[in-house]
Amino acid sequence: MKRLFDWIIERFIFLCGILAVIFVALIFLFLLREGVSFFGSYSPIKFVGGIYWYPTSDPPQFGIISLIVGSLFVTVLAACLAIPLGVATALFIAEIAPRWLKDVLKTVIELLAAIPSVVIGFIGMVTLVPLVRQALNLPTGLSAFSGALMLGFMALPTIVTISEDAIRTVPWSYKEGAIALGATRWQTMYRIILPAALPGILGAVMLGVGRVIGETMAVMMITGNAAHIPGSVFDPVRTMTATIAAEMGETVRGSPHYEALFAIGLVLFVITFIVNFTADTFLRKARR
Amino acid sequence: MKKITAAGLNLHYGTFHALIDVSLGIEPNKITAMIGPSGCGKSTLLRVFNRMNDAIEGVRVAGNVELDGENILAYRDDEAIDILRRKVGMVFQRPNPFPLSVFENVAFGMRIHKLARGRELEDRVAESLKAVLLWDALKDKLKRSALSLTLEQRQRLCIARLIAVTPDVILLDEPCSSLDPVATLKIEELMLELKKRYTIIIVTHNMAQAARVSDETGFMLLGRLVEFGETSRIFTAPQAKETEEYITGRYG
Repeated sequence: MKRLFDWIIERFIFLCGILAVIFVALIFLFLLREGVSFFGSYSPIKFVGGIYWYPTSDPPQFGIISLIVGSLFVTVLAACLAIPLGVATALFIAEIAPRWLKDVLKTVIELLAAIPSVVIGFIGMVTLVPLVRQALNLPTGLSAFSGALMLGFMALPTIVTISEDAIRTVPWSYKEGAIALGATRWQTMYRIILPAALPGILGAVMLGVGRVIGETMAVMMITGNAAHIPGSVFDPVRTMTATIAAEMGETVRGSPHYEALFAIGLVLFVITFIVNFTADTFLRKARR
Repeated sequence: MKKITAAGLNLHYGTFHALIDVSLGIEPNKITAMIGPSGCGKSTLLRVFNRMNDAIEGVRVAGNVELDGENILAYRDDEAIDILRRKVGMVFQRPNPFPLSVFENVAFGMRIHKLARGRELEDRVAESLKAVLLWDALKDKLKRSALSLTLEQRQRLCIARLIAVTPDVILLDEPCSSLDPVATLKIEELMLELKKRYTIIIVTHNMAQAARVSDETGFMLLGRLVEFGETSRIFTAPQAKETEEYITGRYG
């Protein structure tokens, strides 16, 4: 009787686990179905290679290059800001900060992660954007730059927490060996600890980047939503995510525009999948 | 003149009195063994000599410990302590090579203390590996990760790492505990070879090893140095009753 019970529980747990895989697969298939029919009537090359996103013109143009570039600009810039700051913070927390400061910082950073992105977007729109406009004398503060600042801020908790984890799990014996040879704290950190923690840190960075790529609300409020290829980081841009969110409500179901948005969703899905998969590979290497 | 002397050394971990009035003198170019049951303080004593106890919270050290006549307990400045650790190297119980290549492991000390570069650095790495008898085995594999070596090779590598910075004293904290008997013997042979150039202090719970390898032996019990003297005398005619009981295996 106990055997039967065990068997049922095992099957149930297996089912729950499989369900997660099934959901992801279903989402992918759904996107595929809605998006692929789009490629029936619109060449995928024109889609991925086209510069102009004019869905409401006649005939409509669905080139997503400007959107991809928009997403890229914002993401890369955000990464450039968040990575050095995040890794340095993680190093500080793990290696230098005294116990009381460690706890304070970790709590604060976790709180940061809890702020809803729409709130961050709102605050950014109301405070950061005018500030950027005035300080840098730009026609508008709504730009890739402002977006990157806020997004970097949002990616920070992820990068810090996971990097700090990776740094903390570097075996004490390595540090001990370095100190016993007369290495200073900084020498131990950059010659031994950082290289040893690198896979974990890379995983943290990729996860942070993954979060940024998929970010929608904050980006919509701050980046200016101009679907063109930006000339500089201070130009307004439009990301793929913002496009879907902004235009989905206005399309006719089943229209080419509707399907085009799904196609964008498909592209996003694939990109995010690759990023997360890479992150996972690094993290698994780190855990070894 | 003694290489290291300790006088009235007392160490507390918080309220625990770990070293009680320890006084001794270590002869240069000899192997001194510290023996005693677990928890007697021999590892703690070893770590006083390169100030590794500093990293432990709540540690208080009092007394006088001199290396070549200078009181190392008085060093307050980080730089002086880093230099001390160069002169007094430590090998640990579990071999702990860095997750770097064999070459970089040995080069590490020289790089951080800026002792050599380029060609000279390479030469010194080769010399250090030769001194620990790893050169022939690894000369074509210098770029290999140190983590791919056997335990015995790793321990030799850790010793090579120390030798590369030309220390005066080598501290070994139960260096053969993780090794099999054959490897242990080889490391002991290495130690006998090394004592010609360095002063060696080894902590071991293996009495036979102490008898085989050391010139002088100190027996510790519950934080005190009970007896200290020539190894052959300690093992054949110990003066203190506790020493005799330990050596004959009454407790351990």
